[in-house]
Amino acid sequence: MGKIHVDGVISAVKKVRGGVKVDHHKNTAGCEVVRIPVPKQVVLPMQQHIGAPCVPTVKVGDTVAVGQVIGDSDKFVSAPIHASISGTVTAVGNVKLPSGVMAQGVTIESDGEMRLYEGLKAPEVNNKEDFCKAIRESGLVGMGGAGFPTHVKLNIPDDKKIDTLIVNAAECEPYITVDYRECIDNSWDVCSGIKTIKEILNIPNVVIAVEDNKPDAFEILHQIVDKENGADASIKIMQLKSVYPQGAEKMMVQSATGRQVPPGKLPADVGCVVMNVTSIAFISRYLKTGKPLVSRSMTVDGKAIAEPKNVRVPIGTSFADVVEFCGGFKDEPVKIIAGGPMMGMAITDINYPISKSNNALLAFSKEDAKIFRETDCIRCGRCAAACPLSLVPTKVVRDSKAKDVDALLKDGVMVCMECGSCAYSCPAKKPLVQNMRLAKSIIREAGAKK
Amino acid sequence: MTLNNKLVVSASPHDRSPRTVRSLMLDVIIALIPALIASVIFYGPRALLIECVSVATCVIFEYITRIAFKRSQSIGDLSAVITGLLLAFNLPVSIPLWMVVIGSLVAIVVAKQFFGGIGQNFVNPALAGRIVLLTSFPVAMSTWTQPLTWTMSKLDGITSASPLASIHGMISGGETPDVSLVEMLIGWRAGCLGETCAIALLLGGVYLVVRKVISPTIPLTYIGTVAVIMLIAGKGDFRFMIYELLGGGLLLGAIFMATDYTTSPITFKGKIIFGVGCGLITAVIRIFGNLPEGVSYSIIIMNILVPLIENATLPKPFGTPKKEKKEAEAK
Repeated sequence: MGKIHVDGVISAVKKVRGGVKVDHHKNTAGCEVVRIPVPKQVVLPMQQHIGAPCVPTVKVGDTVAVGQVIGDSDKFVSAPIHASISGTVTAVGNVKLPSGVMAQGVTIESDGEMRLYEGLKAPEVNNKEDFCKAIRESGLVGMGGAGFPTHVKLNIPDDKKIDTLIVNAAECEPYITVDYRECIDNSWDVCSGIKTIKEILNIPNVVIAVEDNKPDAFEILHQIVDKENGADASIKIMQLKSVYPQGAEKMMVQSATGRQVPPGKLPADVGCVVMNVTSIAFISRYLKTGKPLVSRSMTVDGKAIAEPKNVRVPIGTSFADVVEFCGGFKDEPVKIIAGGPMMGMAITDINYPISKSNNALLAFSKEDAKIFRETDCIRCGRCAAACPLSLVPTKVVRDSKAKDVDALLKDGVMVCMECGSCAYSCPAKKPLVQNMRLAKSIIREAGAKK
Repeated sequence: MTLNNKLVVSASPHDRSPRTVRSLMLDVIIALIPALIASVIFYGPRALLIECVSVATCVIFEYITRIAFKRSQSIGDLSAVITGLLLAFNLPVSIPLWMVVIGSLVAIVVAKQFFGGIGQNFVNPALAGRIVLLTSFPVAMSTWTQPLTWTMSKLDGITSASPLASIHGMISGGETPDVSLVEMLIGWRAGCLGETCAIALLLGGVYLVVRKVISPTIPLTYIGTVAVIMLIAGKGDFRFMIYELLGGGLLLGAIFMATDYTTSPITFKGKIIFGVGCGLITAVIRIFGNLPEGVSYSIIIMNILVPLIENATLPKPFGTPKKEKKEAEAK
């Protein structure tokens, strides 16, 4: 644990290596989350998380209510999907995901009532097993963008001793302010969620990490922590320098505990669990109400959006509906991104549905789309200096051209979290993250052949 | 809702730093301007002529070779302009212009484009040009002109020895150099066009560091190593050490040529090894060699060693267990 200051604030044990100073663009920080009107229809793909896709449990013509399970899987790494609006199922079949992958999907036509499913009740949670089961039933996946099923993350084998719960409120991606709003608007949910998880999973220490560009979120959490802390002051708050990507899981673990997650391992292997602040607040609400994950908050911003806002949308609402609610486009959009500008995905069409892990929709006009021409690499080394994981992207480019699998493994390609710091800093505008993905696929292909 | 225009789809990240190769090169050119002005003040219009010829021929050679090799045009990145400036800065004012053209030819065509253009050359192009000229035309390349003689009526300037030679005399025979330290600092001495004015070069160096175009690691370790060795060689004589640092092309080399991205290591550790290596070789050549100057050779030698340094200093991916750590855990 880092140096503890008089006021209970701790400083980071280790500074993150590299990283980049990006423009924060937290334009929507002052915008309270507003609900969008009930959409006419939602499309719920059965693949909204990392892991096994769900299988639809409803058929065309069925009447469904908010919170009713419409897709589930018997695989462990998966999370059920619930109806996000009430109405009638009008289609069950293949839908295209923004990534271009086809998946099963359920389309629901709204009846405009947003009727809650009657079977919903607060889960009874007495121990870790109950807790993980309840989390699974809630359909929760990491709300920070990765979309990893939370019950899998929390189902820690008994041989792994967890001593620190790290609450990720860093929100280092530019533009996005929904985690910030969660801290400000639902700070008690955050706090009670932390206490529940700490108690049930028997984790002795908690570190809440906030970047220093969000002083008011820091202040509010700090006050609550002060009030709620027992005599042992086991919940601590840590202020991080706003350097991208401070909020990445591995970086968080290092900042909070000084430990490094070894390649191919999880934070649990070094005694840590990292959870997004919005996920924690959701858990707290779910345990009280039993209402599963059927809607989420997202930031809508970018120069092409007429009225940037933070909105709460039923999962499966199309991006187009959200844009319409935000006043439409005031400028011709050149690039539309699902997620943040550093790790989000540029989408080809605005009629895709919003998934559980979509934390933003950005529509860039020509001005902020920043489209550069690629030039030759000058070996300046900015990519390697920016990499928080000490990788050397230029060497990966060389080795992936040669398809040298052994060299790529040695380069640590699989460690890469695709944060984009390398490509951001590259003056030659090389697609370095794309190349990392290529290198990973070369390694996977070679592994599949063996 | 449908969109009329087609959306741009590309891999993340969607935000990019405003830095481009051209903007970096432009910063280097800006950093070279003080030294350029100094060269014109001290050596007259002919200095400007040499610089213009050098830059123009470098750009033209780059343009022609890219066409001849059927590669995309690259003169827009401005790197050829820098090569031209640096080459000119490494020449004496009395050099015949046709030799300048040969220097550009070697720098751009042989050292740079034969190896694939920007980012691919294994030695600094300007230094390759200078060394070829130095070995081919040793007399023309070491005929020094006293500064400000261009303002006198005589057509040919008064030639003199490079002060570095007389500085070396300091250790052997206790000679005192014929220029004062202040003169050395402002560049009031005989030498190559761009190497003499220490203040102008330092100004450029500070600009590059402040603008984060270069890291100060290589210049500091390079100059530092030379300083330490010269202090020992001069038996603790500070004056001698300062003369050595300001004399010859050390500052020009350490700030502008040893820091060339393509031909220097990218890691911090690698940069230290590179800088110390340059310093060692420079000092050894200056103290023991027959040549009065060792900056060009030392940088070129270290350029060639860069791939080895890089391999030895590659960082370990995040979280790679260290041996010591394993042992500690075992206990």
